Amino acid sequence: MALNRIWVYAEATDGKVAPITLEMLTKARELGGTVEAVYGGDGAEVAEALGAHGATTVYATGDLGGSLAGVPVASAIAKQVGDGNGPDLIMLGTTYDGRDVAARLSVAVDRPVVTNNTDVALDGDDVVVTEPVFGGTKLVKTRFTAGAPAIALFRPKSFAAESSGGGAAEVVAVEVLEPGAAKVIDRHVEESTGPKLDEANVVVSGGRGLGEAGKYEIIEQLAKALKGAPGASRAIVDAGWVPYSYQVGQTGKVVKPTLYIAAGISGATQHLVGMKGSKNIIAVNKDPEAPIFSVADLGIVGDVHKVLPKLIEALAAR
Amino acid sequence: MNVVVCVKQIPDPAEPGKLEADNTLDRSGKLILDESDSYGVEMALQLADAAGGGEVTLVSMVPNGETAGLRTALAMGAAKAVLVSDDALSGAGALDTAKVLAAAIGRVEPDLVLTATESSDGYTGTVPEQVAALLGLPSITFAKHVEVADGTVKVRRQTEAGYDECEAPLPALVSVTAGVVEPRYPSFKGIMAAKSKPVDQPSLADLGIDPATVGAAGAGQQIVAVEDAPAREAGEIVEDDGEAFQRIVAYLENLKVI
Repeated sequence: MALNRIWVYAEATDGKVAPITLEMLTKARELGGTVEAVYGGDGAEVAEALGAHGATTVYATGDLGGSLAGVPVASAIAKQVGDGNGPDLIMLGTTYDGRDVAARLSVAVDRPVVTNNTDVALDGDDVVVTEPVFGGTKLVKTRFTAGAPAIALFRPKSFAAESSGGGAAEVVAVEVLEPGAAKVIDRHVEESTGPKLDEANVVVSGGRGLGEAGKYEIIEQLAKALKGAPGASRAIVDAGWVPYSYQVGQTGKVVKPTLYIAAGISGATQHLVGMKGSKNIIAVNKDPEAPIFSVADLGIVGDVHKVLPKLIEALAAR
Repeated sequence: MNVVVCVKQIPDPAEPGKLEADNTLDRSGKLILDESDSYGVEMALQLADAAGGGEVTLVSMVPNGETAGLRTALAMGAAKAVLVSDDALSGAGALDTAKVLAAAIGRVEPDLVLTATESSDGYTGTVPEQVAALLGLPSITFAKHVEVADGTVKVRRQTEAGYDECEAPLPALVSVTAGVVEPRYPSFKGIMAAKSKPVDQPSLADLGIDPATVGAAGAGQQIVAVEDAPAREAGEIVEDDGEAFQRIVAYLENLKVI
């Protein structure tokens, strides 16, 4: 299966193309061949950004009429595959819609989908993807053997996005065979102040070690003092202390800030996967055996309720 | 209203994971109910209750006939279980798993199928949507709130920015996040009752599935290498003597973030 043609599933919010899409386009260019995008919506609103990152064409479904992306977008891609116009590899982000589209597509074209990848390479004519497992301690390399299209989902921040300097992508309309019966009726945006969690230079996260919901305040104070974003472990998100949008980890956001501070977080695999790519890691935890210390550049064995207030005070006094 | 919940029995996530010689996950130890599935079980029990009756059926797949995790979910209140167990399923990918689950669910003809968003061992996060596609059902993934009324399921679906209010006509499939409801602890009575609840164990042949098309043989993907990831260099560990915050201040200064 030679790799002549790669498609990247493009996602955008209010016309702004998602970073994961631009990251995958950049990587796709490196693999060679024709790089194109497929988009569930009006192609004109994303053609410029996609073109500037290397897509020559964007296959666009047009307005989805409020349908969730999975069914209509997968049916449009499957139609192209069935017509002999499909890609050798389709790259999608490990996102809410990316997973839905990849899963629906895999059934429609009866091909496997490999998820959670952080890298992709060519081995001869074969596509080989790399997926970290066991909290990122092992890397599993998987070869696609079923023939085109190879369907692979990639974690955000696996590649750096770089402009190609290309002009706007050509918009080509593709037909949606199944409109989909699941509809979005209304959208709710949870307001947050300060830098976005996955874009912040500094992230300060709290976990179960804080003891109770009210103590999360010190995480927000420290994040503010460092002009960073507050984050959280899955444990305290599940417990309802903070909204899901704060979650760092396997099922939350992947962050790679200059500095990550983990306070009262033991370091479950779930969490490590989302933050171990940070350039510098400071951990504060009572338990000297906590796995978080295995990835910390500076580990403080101590009580977050003692260490953090003193730290915040010292920063305020500067 | 009859609800099917897909549940998975997995190696205890608290134990370090191991791979077999053929690079499949070592499942030889004790298997437990994936905690992320307990939310779907609870949600199903509450929805059936709110609808004024109906049964909650568990559907599961495992290579080795294990039922301990299923008993946990039965003890919570599910009425019965369907367990597909066959050696041929070892090495099954997400799509193969979905094919087996969809065939088993199809025999129950539920009004609603609930799943977790992803398992805590393989975490591919694609099986729910693949099951829906195979059954020809509409689906809403990443639910943080679920209601059923007038033949429609209404869901708050997690998004990057907050959540979307979504709906789909029944029958449908919904994948639920942890935190959609608080799972109950099985009562003693529930645990005792679970011991005699029916666990149907159809073979792949009963489901009309050729063993050669699922499991490692039919996966369409092949693991070519498993390598150690580059480890982070061990850092400095300091016991707090009341002044450790100053070490952090010095570290921040050195990084020039303050």
